[in-house]
Amino acid sequence: MTEYNFAYLDEQTKRMIRRAILKGLTIPGYQVPFASREMPMPYGWGTGGVQVSAAVLTPKDTFKVIDQGADDTTNAVSIRTFFQRTAGVATTTATSDATVIQTRHRIPEEPLHEGQILVYQVPIPEPLRFLEPRESETRKMHSLEEYGLMHVKLYEDISRHGHIATSYAYPVKVEGRYVMDPSPIPKFDNPKLGDMAAIQLFGAGREQRIYALPPYTQVVSLDFEDHPFEASKADHPCGMCGATDSYLDELIIDDLGGRMFVCSDTDYCEARQAAGHKGKDAA
Amino acid sequence: MQANTLSGGFADPATQSAHAFRSVMEAMARPGAIQDIHGAAPPAPLSPAMGAVLLTLCDTETPIYLAGDMDCEAARAWLAFHTGAPFVGPAQCMFAVGKWDALAPLSVYPIGTSEYPDRSATLIVECSELAASGATLTGPGIKDQATLSLPEVDAFQDNRTLFPLGLDFIFTCGERLAALPRSTEVSRSSSEAIAQVGAS
Repeated sequence: MTEYNFAYLDEQTKRMIRRAILKGLTIPGYQVPFASREMPMPYGWGTGGVQVSAAVLTPKDTFKVIDQGADDTTNAVSIRTFFQRTAGVATTTATSDATVIQTRHRIPEEPLHEGQILVYQVPIPEPLRFLEPRESETRKMHSLEEYGLMHVKLYEDISRHGHIATSYAYPVKVEGRYVMDPSPIPKFDNPKLGDMAAIQLFGAGREQRIYALPPYTQVVSLDFEDHPFEASKADHPCGMCGATDSYLDELIIDDLGGRMFVCSDTDYCEARQAAGHKGKDAA
Repeated sequence: MQANTLSGGFADPATQSAHAFRSVMEAMARPGAIQDIHGAAPPAPLSPAMGAVLLTLCDTETPIYLAGDMDCEAARAWLAFHTGAPFVGPAQCMFAVGKWDALAPLSVYPIGTSEYPDRSATLIVECSELAASGATLTGPGIKDQATLSLPEVDAFQDNRTLFPLGLDFIFTCGERLAALPRSTEVSRSSSEAIAQVGAS
């Protein structure tokens, strides 16, 4: 604990990140450039989220980390331990007990409340990047609100597949102004982005961008009148807890094509099982 | 050098600035919500809240403009020692510090560019009072609506029309603060509010 400054980063770096977070909150959905630091973990392991978490954590916080909804995967465990060691914060796996939740690619099933902060790890913050590789051009497109290309992409989905095939990192428009990449969350989670009581912060370490959604912000998933946005999930109940309203992972369980569906949110699933709910595959 | 120039900073910078930042962030994320902020004891005319905000956000990379009464030897020496921030005119500043009347006109501050709207000034306004009454606020961060004792209404309405460009405001009073980002719609709530604003 004493080997590091509180929450690992030096104070000047934290001030720089904090200023970027504030500007992000004042311009919802706009990607604020920041001088991302090297962290003691590789890019792609959540260095953006870790830097944002380091800038917002206080010693009184209770910290939770999820990776695809799970508290017990390598990435989640290592980041949770990292802040346990460098910031001395309490940690939890219970969504409702956490004050700061760092997430990779999911929004918890349980609705978040005021006073909570959700920190997303973002690989590619620019929603237009796969359509236009030049930063100078995408920046101009954002400034001119020129988002036609994104609609063309969704239209091409429809013409090729008969429906919008984009199933994760589904683009949203924030407060009628900026088109934003919600990070690779399944589109099932998109409706939770808007009107959320918690503060949502997005950190992209390699791409050096921070953006934010204040609470109760209007977030609309892009769609067409005749092809409205649909928050889809596997059409099964959870095999362990029987939940029908949660996002599911498909697991292959043998060599004979056997499979089961379970909640991707481990805390939600465990809490339901503890409350006596039982799915068809539960032991 | 005065003794009070050297004192009054954060005794434990890492944790105190972390707590102070959370107050500032909650305020900016929930326009109109009044937050407590502690830890700084700057010399007059800087309030404790103003001091804490500046200690939390400013360093050698953030030019500060001191407006009116705030541009005094005590404030300059304290900020120079504790933050190292350079002092500049309003057109070059990232943070402007002062009472509302001294900060006018708002047209001189950087409002960002269409490609980089974040390159805009944040005005930290020292207020004689801060209360959850007066002008009505709506927009991102606000559930239905909020109210805040703003020094006036027109300037903030004009600022909103610049969105996504524009200025962001932090209001400090004693050990409390509130904020008004550029995204907030401001309207007069009642004739009483106008009278109150006119009198302050």
